[in-house]
Amino acid sequence: MSKKDNNQPVDPDTTGHSWDGIEEFNNPLPKWWLWTFYATIVWGIGYTIAYPAWPLIQEATPGLLKYSTRGEVVEEIAAVEAANEDLNVQLASADLTTLPENAELHRYAVNGGRSLFAANCSQCHGSGAAGFIGYPNLLDDDWLWGGDIDTIAYTINHGIRNDQSPDSHWSEMPAFGEILEPEEIQTVVSYVQSISGQEHDADLAAAGEEIFLDQCSACHLETGMGETSLGAPNLTDAIWLYGGDPEALTETITYSRFGVMPAWGLRLSEAEVNALAAYVHQLGGGQ
Amino acid sequence: MGILDKHKVIETNATLLLAGSLFVVTIGGIVEIAPLFYLENTIEEVEGVRPYSPLELTGREIYIREGCYVCHSQMIRPMRDEVERYGHYSLAAESMYDHPFQWGSKRTGPDLARVGGRYSDEWHVDHLVDPQSVVPESIMPKYGYLLDTLIDGEYVGDLLATHAFVGVPYTEEQLANAGADFRAQADPDSDWDDMLARYPKAQIRNFDGAPGISEMDALIAYLQMLGTLVDFSTFTPDASR
Repeated sequence: MSKKDNNQPVDPDTTGHSWDGIEEFNNPLPKWWLWTFYATIVWGIGYTIAYPAWPLIQEATPGLLKYSTRGEVVEEIAAVEAANEDLNVQLASADLTTLPENAELHRYAVNGGRSLFAANCSQCHGSGAAGFIGYPNLLDDDWLWGGDIDTIAYTINHGIRNDQSPDSHWSEMPAFGEILEPEEIQTVVSYVQSISGQEHDADLAAAGEEIFLDQCSACHLETGMGETSLGAPNLTDAIWLYGGDPEALTETITYSRFGVMPAWGLRLSEAEVNALAAYVHQLGGGQ
Repeated sequence: MGILDKHKVIETNATLLLAGSLFVVTIGGIVEIAPLFYLENTIEEVEGVRPYSPLELTGREIYIREGCYVCHSQMIRPMRDEVERYGHYSLAAESMYDHPFQWGSKRTGPDLARVGGRYSDEWHVDHLVDPQSVVPESIMPKYGYLLDTLIDGEYVGDLLATHAFVGVPYTEEQLANAGADFRAQADPDSDWDDMLARYPKAQIRNFDGAPGISEMDALIAYLQMLGTLVDFSTFTPDASR
């Protein structure tokens, strides 16, 4: 590096400003900086002409390019929809029961369904679809309202016990705390334990059988296998939505349960509902 | 150079320099802000948007008190990924009665602008009491104590009046019936016809499933109406706005 001697008389000219005898050097901006600055001004003027910018009396200038973020997103979505139009039209009107025979459409439906499930369904049914207490597991072959693919699509479309769709699945278990005595409820709990193969008090269960046949069999059937068209669960297996231990059963019978699922047909397109049905159906338990 | 040679006058007079600086900054502010108040294409009129019902507004206050906005935005931007995940992009009119607005600036959790009707009331209770019980991967804190605080709407009339003071067009009738409307919305067995007439599309339920009106009722009533007022099957937004 070359050395600079600050004391050498190479100082630039002064600006001519002088206050109390102190003068100001005239060090102009570097030329590259100055020209970059001028270029940004020119670019800025061009930008306000090309894009929406200047506020006038009624509205802002729209710009020569007529750009709008709304227009852009509409175009982008339209482009994607146009690209998938064939598949979506096919999927919307497809016979779901024979969907796996059309490998390309089935793959499209399942993959699309996986994304839709993550965005819309995983909050209740879990990101792995294994469900939580009160929110059914979709991986097993135990279905409250039916597990064939058309019924799954219907359930997604209209939901369960909601006031959004007039066609939603609907049933309402009575709160038996208002009908039966607490002792009677305990006998029913024991009976339900007995038919589901759990340890139970045999005397109580025998007493509960009659009450069960009187009060519960209309929906859960005399066998306790449950009536699918009423969304009445099978009580003879080890799968419990709200728990199968005596405490949970007592609470269920005393206060009843009222699980609600929104009607997704109001938010999603027909093709999207069918894609979800295809995804859920192939998770493992589809009938 | 004419006028440019006169800058010594400003540079040697601090008061004049300050006044001049303020003048220049003011021009910038006016050009950027003032047009937003009169330009007709900044806020489009949208059918269906109404002031919040007393119960919803109370829920909104709880939403703000608990700092929900720190992690949740209420602003679906016009971008394909957001529209496909959350629904139609937000319109300015949909937050026209928000004081203060809840657009947010950070999404640790998902956007809530259209969360209304997306999940059941029961899910909201389960999720607010223990978010990890339904979404194990969630880092949201627990808000179960909202169930324990019963509210009777004693001050809800004042709350509505305050919002009316800052420009929300509550009618005399709405202000006078604030307390009654507050209680009616949380009780499906009440006489809620008038309440529904004053606040169309209001949802009337016992939101938390428990007796009494708790803070949980109010918050869920608010969450369940978010983004539900505009009917997008009949409304087509002007793409140029």
